[in-house]
Amino acid sequence: MPLSHEDHGRGKTFSRRAMMLAGGKATLLSALVGRLYYLQVVESERYATLADDNRISLRLLPPPRGRIVDRFGHALAINEQNYRVLLIAEQAKDVDATLERLSQIIEIGESDRNRILRDVRKRRSFVPVTVRENLSWETVSRIEVNAPDLAGISIDVGQTRFYPHGAEMAHVLGYVAAVSERELTGDPLLELPGFRIGKSGTERIYDEQLRGSAGTSQVEVNALGRTIRELSREEGEPGHDAMLTLDAGLQTFLHRRLSGERSAAGIVMDSQSGEVLALASVPSYDPNAFNLGLSTGEWRSLLNDPLHPLTNKVVAGQFAPGSTFKMLVALAALEAGISPSEEVYCPGHYVLGNHRFHCWRRWGHGHTDMVDGIKHSCDVYFYDIARRLGIDRIAEMAARFGIGELTGIDLPNERRGVMPTRAWKRAAIGERWQGGETLIAAIGQGYVLASPLQVGVMTARLASGKAVRPRLTRKVMRRNGEVIMAPALEEFPSLGIPEEHLQIVRDAMDAVVNEPGGTAFERRIREAGMEMAGKTGTSQVRRITTEERRQGIRTTDETPWRHRHHALFAGFAPVMNPRYCCSVIVQHGGSGSAVAAPIVRDVLLEAQRRDPLAKSPPAQVATAGPVDLEAEPGAGSVEQE
Amino acid sequence: MRVQMGLFQRNPEITLGQKVLQVNWGLVILVSVLAAVGCAMLYSAANGSMQPWAERHAIRFAMGLAVMVAVAFIDVRFWFRWAWAIYAATVLMLVAVAVMGTIGMGAQRWISLGFMQLQPSEVMKVAIVLALARYFHGLSEEEIARPLRLVPPVLVLVAPVALVMKQPDLGTAMMLVMVAGVMFFAAGVRMWKFAVAGASVAAIVPVAWQFLQGYQKQRILTFMDPSSDPLGSGYHIMQSQIALGSGGTLGKGFLQGSQSHLNFLPEKQTDFIFTMLAEEFGLLGGLGLIGIYVLIMIYGFAIALRARNHFGRLLAMGLTANLFLYVFINIAMVMGLIPVVGVPLPLISYGGTAMLAVMVSLGFLMSVYIHRDIRIPRRGLDDAD
Repeated sequence: MPLSHEDHGRGKTFSRRAMMLAGGKATLLSALVGRLYYLQVVESERYATLADDNRISLRLLPPPRGRIVDRFGHALAINEQNYRVLLIAEQAKDVDATLERLSQIIEIGESDRNRILRDVRKRRSFVPVTVRENLSWETVSRIEVNAPDLAGISIDVGQTRFYPHGAEMAHVLGYVAAVSERELTGDPLLELPGFRIGKSGTERIYDEQLRGSAGTSQVEVNALGRTIRELSREEGEPGHDAMLTLDAGLQTFLHRRLSGERSAAGIVMDSQSGEVLALASVPSYDPNAFNLGLSTGEWRSLLNDPLHPLTNKVVAGQFAPGSTFKMLVALAALEAGISPSEEVYCPGHYVLGNHRFHCWRRWGHGHTDMVDGIKHSCDVYFYDIARRLGIDRIAEMAARFGIGELTGIDLPNERRGVMPTRAWKRAAIGERWQGGETLIAAIGQGYVLASPLQVGVMTARLASGKAVRPRLTRKVMRRNGEVIMAPALEEFPSLGIPEEHLQIVRDAMDAVVNEPGGTAFERRIREAGMEMAGKTGTSQVRRITTEERRQGIRTTDETPWRHRHHALFAGFAPVMNPRYCCSVIVQHGGSGSAVAAPIVRDVLLEAQRRDPLAKSPPAQVATAGPVDLEAEPGAGSVEQE
Repeated sequence: MRVQMGLFQRNPEITLGQKVLQVNWGLVILVSVLAAVGCAMLYSAANGSMQPWAERHAIRFAMGLAVMVAVAFIDVRFWFRWAWAIYAATVLMLVAVAVMGTIGMGAQRWISLGFMQLQPSEVMKVAIVLALARYFHGLSEEEIARPLRLVPPVLVLVAPVALVMKQPDLGTAMMLVMVAGVMFFAAGVRMWKFAVAGASVAAIVPVAWQFLQGYQKQRILTFMDPSSDPLGSGYHIMQSQIALGSGGTLGKGFLQGSQSHLNFLPEKQTDFIFTMLAEEFGLLGGLGLIGIYVLIMIYGFAIALRARNHFGRLLAMGLTANLFLYVFINIAMVMGLIPVVGVPLPLISYGGTAMLAVMVSLGFLMSVYIHRDIRIPRRGLDDAD
């Protein structure tokens, strides 16, 4: 059959070709098997690692920041719950669109949006970026409900710093704020959204101790980055607590008392231990505002405020100490062998060469000895002995009292002031020292500059005769009370000044306040046993010009505020057994006796009434090992948040 | 002996009872095993749930099984007569899809039949085998050697390929070309003609590149270097390879594939289902599945070689090639051997049309087996009967 024959031929061809096709397919399938073997056996381990990299994500657990408490354990800085919205760029397919949708629920301003987009670009895409903080519970719920449309958006409960005393403590505690670009050290903790570090005050000085260390959590995540479950967790260590030497009650009192003035600073300290009990500078600012996030405008107005609310004037203010400096000149005179009973006649002025130097009292003090010189603050008496002493001997004595030197207090931005000497002037200004400059320096003016803290330290040294150094921190401790660090309570060395010299000066300071005719007699403490001693100071900011004299302006009270004198007062109490020292400066306040002395009187009276030194245990001497807070009478346990 | 019998009883009618006895039960069991594996994997893909995929997959398979048997029992001569009509109807459906795509919004690949959405391009993979088998059945060895005789089958190929490319569905177009190539080859077209065709394709490639869609170009470029774009198109290939590799020899266990269950693996219920299987069941699972496919293909070859009519032989060979291409392209794609093209894994991947097309193909294969001794004259049935 032709058909059969022909089909047979086609069949043979077909069979041959079918076999070739089968061979081809077998070859290709072998390639698949080979590839499968390669992936699943040869390279298996590498891919298993990659799969784990996909699946396992390491999350940082930010540690709670340590608390700051006062000497009685009263809370000064604590943590509060804070709901915030985070954006994880990796998970949000389109950041712009996501923000757009989110802005229908919460307001996102133009500057916020720019900041978020900038952060998103800068940070690694899996690091969450904070969109908004301090949300109300209601807003949080609305975001949660809309979560399916908001890929990459999540709600996080963080902790936010809270300062119950607000502005009153701002200059001691400082504040915390977001980490700035140049503060990044590569520590991933600092890259966490909303992580805050101390920017000023105690928060900055003890930032490392307060910060704690981060824990880690290994979580399994899906392709969208959503956490499926936690695989393992390693808790970090919460930040340590810091106990300050401050007495919150006295601090509040001092701050309120100073707040009556436009610009003032004051400090209360223990003349024996150097512990600072209160330290305030006005105007102040609200440190809680930094947490909520300051707008650029608010920040700018704080920065540009002529009264410098951000500056802690107690440590960074530089003022002529005025007549409060005179005690040091007197001590230098005693050391040089000048008798305290030696009198100088004050006709109201002093002539050196062809210059006439005025006493503050135009008609003079008449015959004046050392005690009277201090009591009446006679300038001519000090002009005379200063000329005999020379600047360098005065400077040597002033240096012993810490003028022109850093006190080493545990606060940032302390300034050292100036105690001029011949050598200093040559180096700093390049000119020879003039005799008249010694006279000006002797009344605490001219080149002499000191901070209110230095004046306070000087007072403490006068009261104790020891080289007292100020300190603000009693100890740093773990949550359980175990002491990590306690600055050693030094037995301060003696100043090397004979006690009778010091007593002469103390008696003179007593006379200033408690004897009729003393410059601050009207401001004395009348409560028996609580009397204070002290010294007024009124330092000139600007001379009254000849032109102004002709116009009849006699005192600077009639000139613009910024030209008026600074009012100072430095004192201690009780007179018999000095413990509490206080120094106050009211910037451009006018006269020291009228403006600064009443403040110091009120503060020293309040300090003695509260008597924090008697109520709290003596400062910790540096010892290792745990300390049972409960066992310390008066301290009590640290207040729980 | 059977050949001799055939000479005397050219085309004995086969009763339904005989057909039932002739059903290739081994093949039915293999296919059912595949469908069961498919259901298990879809259950896993839904994180341990019959919804939304596994249950429907099982129902479709049951329906597909009925369709397969029905197709198998119909006389192969019926399919021989209707081959051109089926092909023409499928081309019309492709045209309809193209027109709807132009009028409607963007690319559309399916026609809604109410109870299911039919993808004509999937149907065409079967229809083109029918059409070419029908055509080459009518050519003698001498005629095959004449170049002009190759013009009609080339047109039969070019029409659907053009329509499918327009969709655009590069994967299906290539599959059509390759399955047609197998048909041409099995029919006995001379080797050198393939060489010429290959050379011309190589010459056309640079031109064709211009006509590719952006995403198609990207897929090919990404294939060349997957790491160049780990978060874009290369992401799928990378994640698929990680899933495969991390599965190891024995796998991570059923429902335990981290890549699949944490959604690092895309399209795990369709194109990347093999990856999921190999992640959860390892090298052994992967080899087992490939083994089942190989057994089905061996059946296909055996049936092709046993058939006594040329139409049946070519049909069986083409359909087996089709199955092979599905399996090979899909698995090679998920392993990163070839670019990402949307080709499902037969009876495992979720998808109605592909399931139906595969079941119908297997039905044809069985029909060829059941009617293997029936003779069909080269010039066709009408002048013989």
